Amino acid sequence: MIRRAGFIIVTLIVPLIGILAIVAYQIITGTMEPSVEITNIGYIDEAGGFDNYTKQGNVELVRYDAVAQANEALVKEEIEQYVIITQDYLNIGMINIYTLEKQLEPPPEVTAAIKDFLSSNMLAGKVTDATIGLVNAPLGIVSIRLTETGDIATEQGGYGNMLIPMIFGVLLVLSISFSSSYLLQGMGDEKENRLIEVLLSSVSTKQLIIGKVLGMGAAGLLQIIIWVICAPLLLNVASISIGGFLSTLEITPVLFILFIVYFILGYLLFAIIFVAIGAITSSAREGQQLAPIFTLLSVSPLWFASALIFFPNNPAFIALTIFPFTAPVTLMMRLGITEVPIWQILTSIAVLLVCVVGGLFFTAKIVRAFLLMYGKRPSLGTIIRSIRSG
Amino acid sequence: MNTVEVENVVKTFGDKVAVDQLSFSVASGEIFGLIGPNGAGKTTTIKMVMDIIKPDSGGVTVLGEQMNEAAKNKIGYMPEERGLYKKQRVLDVIVYLAMLKGMSRRAAEEKANRMLEQTGMLPHARKKIEELSRGMGQIIQFIVTTIHDPQLLILDEPFSGLDPVNTEASMKMVLDLRSQGKAVILSTHQMNQVEQLCDRILMVNKGRAVLYGGLAEIKSKYRNNSVLLEHEGELGEVPGIAEKRVFKNHVELFLSDDTTPQQLLERLLERGIIIHRFELATPPLNEIFIRVAGESHK
Repeated sequence: MIRRAGFIIVTLIVPLIGILAIVAYQIITGTMEPSVEITNIGYIDEAGGFDNYTKQGNVELVRYDAVAQANEALVKEEIEQYVIITQDYLNIGMINIYTLEKQLEPPPEVTAAIKDFLSSNMLAGKVTDATIGLVNAPLGIVSIRLTETGDIATEQGGYGNMLIPMIFGVLLVLSISFSSSYLLQGMGDEKENRLIEVLLSSVSTKQLIIGKVLGMGAAGLLQIIIWVICAPLLLNVASISIGGFLSTLEITPVLFILFIVYFILGYLLFAIIFVAIGAITSSAREGQQLAPIFTLLSVSPLWFASALIFFPNNPAFIALTIFPFTAPVTLMMRLGITEVPIWQILTSIAVLLVCVVGGLFFTAKIVRAFLLMYGKRPSLGTIIRSIRSG
Repeated sequence: MNTVEVENVVKTFGDKVAVDQLSFSVASGEIFGLIGPNGAGKTTTIKMVMDIIKPDSGGVTVLGEQMNEAAKNKIGYMPEERGLYKKQRVLDVIVYLAMLKGMSRRAAEEKANRMLEQTGMLPHARKKIEELSRGMGQIIQFIVTTIHDPQLLILDEPFSGLDPVNTEASMKMVLDLRSQGKAVILSTHQMNQVEQLCDRILMVNKGRAVLYGGLAEIKSKYRNNSVLLEHEGELGEVPGIAEKRVFKNHVELFLSDDTTPQQLLERLLERGIIIHRFELATPPLNEIFIRVAGESHK
């Protein structure tokens, strides 16, 4: 399987997409980069008293006495926009902004500059400059997580910590869906040309299933290892060029161990399910139509990511943490956001283990009953009957 | 000790009885024909012998023991469809399947190369299975089936879809296996091949045994008491002949109950008839089968 062109392409393409994403990020942020040039904004002071503090960061406010002058400047591109501070501004607090550009709202930089210009002028002479500065920027938040003993926790929250679990979820789902499609293809072929009988004339059903699951697991693991090796390189490239929180990413040992445990258990569960699907369906194509149900199930916690960020301990997400198909991705995401109680982790691992072992026996029965039926798809009733008798 | 001993096996799928109280044995050095129409229960029987499915009741022993994983290594099975990994290389497929039968990689590689050489397939060892012709694929399938030197071979329709040249070559391979002292179970519904190859047969219909025993014995049991004759000269009225059927190149003479073929031959010679062929008519297996299947149907 690992020699298949498809496998090699998929394995290599994921890191390539990563590189592309970094390049794309750079291109986009490059074009959005805050300009160091001075932006000129015109204003007409009908209210009076707005004469000082015309330099706000990179924005220069230029005074005009009449609308006609401001319009002329606007057309000549001496200014990008202008505002009129009307006489009743001090009563209503409304300002009109005029521009030639089509825009949803003025750029935040411009809005901030106008706001600071207005408030500074209104406060001028009444309070100190330091107070004016505070009024303009009253709140710079630094959030620090403490441990129960009151020390500063080694592991701080934040968006960076969410990223790793998200990546985990995506990698698990990618790997499961790629390798399951190979598994189903392979089993379909083996059934179609009766190789399966040759195999079963050599090994027992259980050996066959375990072999399939381990084979699929090994291929998936190889893929993940390649991706994980690429990840630090990509992160390095990314943090050099993107910087910011990416460089602060760190994986704690506990997270890493849980990552491995959930990856293996999640993988085993899905591999066993896919072997059962391969056994029940009569062709590879049919199997691949059935498989996405389970792949979608595994990826489903990602759909609710935005809700999960705000309510990580909602009972629904606790249920998803324990439900075996969604457990790996849900738990990883919650770990990045909140503290998950130990009992939930242990319960979810126990449920996964039970499902893996139970699934193995269940699948062995299904395989024994249906692997040897060709061309006919068993009805649900037949499946249940034969599981009882098989 | 018989290589295979099947006793009163029964297998039902839901309400359908696939195999009903079937018993037979296969000895080493014989080709045993398992024959019957599609859906008669041949494949189910084979799968029970190989322990792929378990009988509801009755027992199967192979080489004197209950089937187990180790005994599986003494069986070579060739499915009806040519079951090989199409995208893989010839040598890799042979070695992989041989290793599943308990051979070491090294032994498997050596033996595979030797067998490929003997069959003239060595130049194709690096090719993918899908690049081979049907006849070549059949040779590879034979190598896969026999590489681990099994004591029992189970061949399911081994000649279907082969041209006459390849059929002939495959038949020779099967006969070689017998001369090496292997027990061969040949499952087929092509009666002419059974007549050419098999020593003993079991005919199944609707899961039951309808005929079981040596091929010659069965054929003589079902013969019409008639002779086939090719001759020159006028036959005229010959005593002891109850009925005469004329065919294009020969006649079939049905003897009356008090006449033996020997007596008829003497009478014909007395009349100076030139005889090119005088043969006890045994009905083709096909005809026996239709007759027996018809009876069991009633």
